[in-house]
Parts: sequence; C-alpha cells; structure tokens
Amino acid sequence: MATVMAERRKAPAVRVPKLAWIPIAIVLVPSLFTLGHISWLSALLLGIPLSLFSLFIPLAAGYVCRFSPSGRDRWWSSALTHLVAALLLSFLWRLIATPFARALSFIPQLYGLDKQFAQDAWIIYFVGCIVYSLSAAFHYVAFAQDAARQVELKAVETSMLARDAELRALRAQINPHFLFNSLNSISALTSVDGARAREMCLLLADFLRLTLGMGEKSVIPFSEELALLEKFLAIEKVRFGERLRMTESIEEGARQCLIPALLLQPLLENAVSHGIASMADGGTIHLEARVQAGRLGIVVENDRDDEAPSRRRNGVGLKNVRSRLEARYGREASLRTEAAEDRFRVSMSLPAEYAETR
Amino acid sequence: MSKAEHRKLRTLVVDDEDLARQVLRELLGAHPEIEVIAECRNGLEAVKAFAEHKPDLLFLDVQMPKLTGFDVLELIGAETPVIFVTAYDEYAMKAFEVHAVDYLLKPVGKERLASALQRVKARPPEKVLAASELAAAARPAGQFAERLVVKDGTRVTLIPVGKLDFAEAQDDYVALASEGKKHLKQQTIASLEAALDPRLFVRIHRSYIVNLERVARIEPYGKESRVAVLASGIKLPVSRAGYARLQTLLQERS
Repeated sequence: MATVMAERRKAPAVRVPKLAWIPIAIVLVPSLFTLGHISWLSALLLGIPLSLFSLFIPLAAGYVCRFSPSGRDRWWSSALTHLVAALLLSFLWRLIATPFARALSFIPQLYGLDKQFAQDAWIIYFVGCIVYSLSAAFHYVAFAQDAARQVELKAVETSMLARDAELRALRAQINPHFLFNSLNSISALTSVDGARAREMCLLLADFLRLTLGMGEKSVIPFSEELALLEKFLAIEKVRFGERLRMTESIEEGARQCLIPALLLQPLLENAVSHGIASMADGGTIHLEARVQAGRLGIVVENDRDDEAPSRRRNGVGLKNVRSRLEARYGREASLRTEAAEDRFRVSMSLPAEYAETR
Repeated sequence: MSKAEHRKLRTLVVDDEDLARQVLRELLGAHPEIEVIAECRNGLEAVKAFAEHKPDLLFLDVQMPKLTGFDVLELIGAETPVIFVTAYDEYAMKAFEVHAVDYLLKPVGKERLASALQRVKARPPEKVLAASELAAAARPAGQFAERLVVKDGTRVTLIPVGKLDFAEAQDDYVALASEGKKHLKQQTIASLEAALDPRLFVRIHRSYIVNLERVARIEPYGKESRVAVLASGIKLPVSRAGYARLQTLLQERS
C-alpha cells in the first residue's frame, strides 16, 4: 500500500511551536463552555491542561502531511488518510481527557464533572479535528515555503557554479603559450621590421581587449566572435607564416546568431597548436557556419600529423567548450569530434538564437 | 683548456618558427665565440644536421613538428651540451631544473642568453645526461609515451606504442620488435618500462617487456617456468615474478 519512495529532496522538518497550546485553548475552552453543559470554571480548569497535552496533535499532523505531500496522491486518498489520522488523534486526546475530568471531579466545587464530561466528549473530537485541520494546513504552507526556499537556493547555487565555470573557462583560454610565443615574435620583429612589430603589438592588444571585454557578456553575435578569431589568426600567422592557411565558409545568416562568448576561440587555438604547429610544412584550418532549420551548425576542421608528438593541454579547451555548451543549452546542443589520420574535425550544433527574440 | 677557449663553438639552432630562430641568431651575433653553422626547422632536420655537422652546442626548441626537443636529445645522445628554449611549459621547466639542464624562456633576453653560454663553457663536456629520464620527468604524472623514437644511422623511425610487440634487453640497448622488424635503441629496459603504460605493457622477464595485446597464451615450459606465446608465434620467457605481474594485470582487467 504505502511504498517508501526515495525522495530526491530532503524531507522537510516538522516544527510545532510550544506556544501553540494557547490558540488551542482559545478554541477548546469556549467550546467546552458553550457547546457542553459545564461551567466556565470547569471549562477553564479542564481545557487549559488538555490544551497543554494536545501538542502531539499538530506534531502528528505534521508527520502525516510529510508522509502524504500535497499533490502526490489522489485527493480522496489524501483526505482519507487525514480523516483517519484526525479521528485517531482525537480519540487519543479523549483518552487523556477522561482521567483529567475524573481527577478534577474530586474537587468539591467540580463534583460530577466526570459524568458531565462523558456526555460532552464529542466536543473533544470536534475541537481535535479542527486543531488537526488547521495544523495540517499550516504544515502544508510551511512545507511549500521550505521547498520554494530550497529551489531558490539551488538556483543561486547553480548560477554561481555556472559563473565560476565561465570564469575558469575564460582564464584558461588565454593560453600562456600563445602569449609568450607572441611576445617572442614581437621581440624578433623589433630589429628586422619595426613596423610589423608595432602591428603585432596592436593585434595582440586588440585581441586581449576583445577577450577581456567578452568576459562580461554571456552571449555575443557570431560576427563578434569571428572578429576575435581574425585577430587571433593574424597573430598566429605572424608566428607561423606560410605554414598557417585558413579557409572559411560563413553563411550570412549565421553572423547574427548569438553564441556563448569565446566559444570558438579555444577550438581555433587547438587547431593551431595541435594541428598546424605539429606539421613541418603547415596545413589548413577550415571554419564553417550555417543556419538550418532553426539550428546553428559550426565546424572547425584542421590538418594534422598523427605521428606528431602530443602536446600538453590536450583536451582542456575541448572539454571547456563542451561543458559551456552543456551549461547553457543542455541537451539542445551537441558537439562531435572526428579524428581521421590527417584531419581533425569538431562539429557542433546549437539552437539558433537572435538578439531580437531574447 | 686555454686552446679550447679560443676555438669557436659551432652551434646548431633548432626551432620551427622563423622568427624564433631569427631572434636567437641575432642575439648570438653579439657573441663572437659562437658560430651558427646551421638552422633547423624541425626535429628530423636537427638529427640529420647533427650527424652531418657534429656541432659543439645546440639550441633546441621543445615543441616542434615531427620530433620534440626531448626526442632529438634522445636520438643524438647527451655528449653535446644542449640549451632548451621554450615559451611556457611547466613540466618541461621542472624537468630542466631537476636535471640541471640549461634552458631559456621565450622571449629570450640577451643577459639570460649570456649567462647560459657562460654555463655551457664552464661545464665539463663529459657530463652525461640521460635523455630518457629527462623526457620522463617532463611528462605529467600518469601520462606515458605515445610513441618511441629510434635512430638507425641518420634514419629516424617512429614507433607508436600500439605497434610495439615486445622489447628485449641487449646489454646497453633494447631491441624494439614492431611489425616484424627489430629496432635497436640505446636505452635501459627499466627506463623503457617506466615510459610505457603499465596497463598495456608488462615486464614478463628481466630482459623482456611484452605488449599485453599480443600475448595469445601462456604455456608451461619445463618445471617452474613458463613461456608467453605471442599471436605471431614468437615465444618469450616468463619469469616467476613476471608471471605474478601478468596475473595481477589480467585480474585488474577482468
């Protein structure tokens, strides 16, 4: 009947304030007096201790609520559970009440209270059910608030994690190797070709500025990423000269699509460092982008030498790209790599988003 | 000693980037005792040029096409002083420090270059450095060699580790059996063992390392001893310790 379900969320805590006896007494005492046949004094003397001993009802109600969370079972199954619980608890309450009434009836002024009370015992059931219902309602509200708070916390946590990953990704993307090699090229150029050295400084400055500026934006138009890639390749071109060749086929419509900032830069960097740098005579990097059926498809492909010594940071860039796609698009995006003997190809597909629609 | 000081140091500069070679040549121009006899654009050229020119000093880039700086060092032997040049490679830098090899960081400055040259001149030339150890130290922990480099005369052969069937110790050399051929390499079997992934290669005997994928079966051989029969039919001796290693590895795999 009742199967123990593994709840994913932590079960909410059941809390009942000790002062809850006061509102219970406020209901119980007038009920005893007006509905029953006993005096104010008897109602007070019986009602207040009974209220103190009634806290088990809201407590038990809380556990019943936790056992039968709102919206999980059908309404009548839930209602039945609560009805049985309410009656059972009221019956227990009544069992406690009887010896109280008996004890009080030994007081001369309250003589006969036990007999009167035996007649009015239905009031205990009545008030018991009211107390139970109100408690259950309070618990459901408290649980809902708890759940909402947990969801909120979780959301904050997730967004913090995402932000963290983003920052780490960005930091990882400015590859020190790239930076130092570029500086070395500049230092070589200063004596042979001052103008080109200056040009290279400007390219590097532009690249760094663009990279840093993008850190603040989560998505950018594809065209902006392309501008950054152009700077990057121009810098690498100074280093590798004729060894670095580039072809691209970018569909006009793809330029306006929004993509996570710096998504492609690490792939291009891989294509240079694992592909072009490993080939004595260099090779070609091919970049392709098109929109089809609401999806943006991007391909980065490069020549490579499969006998080449493997380079460090292998896979770091690719892993970063993969996790950023996953963080932003979930199952909506895919990334595939194909390693042939002399070519390496990364193809990805993500939802085509535009600035206007967001 | 004094004569050696007046002799020019015949130097080889090896780097795959034109600009990087250019800046080194320019900086070396300020040192009249250095004569750059050749420049190489990759490791293969370097091995060839080394055999041809027998230089007194090498500037070696670490990351290059075909062969890395470490591969080159492994192939040319360690009698000639080498100054490594690298942009940024934390593992390589650590390896250089551990083995007291001199290295320059890009961009290279003239003071740093002068002090490196000073050290080369001060260092006794008979200082021998085990290139394979240096290469091993430059590998991040948990990473193993992906291919082995062997030189036969001026011919350089690259053997991807997947194509290595077994290795046999022969005095100071190891014979690497791959695709029906044997390649001799000056290396100890222990250092080869350390470079290979222990999940794929087992030292089955004091003198043998075998590629686990090539082992067809193990047969008893006389009393107490066994042989490993490879898919190609070749039989290799298995020592008792080697058999134990083989068994634990096979258990881990299953």
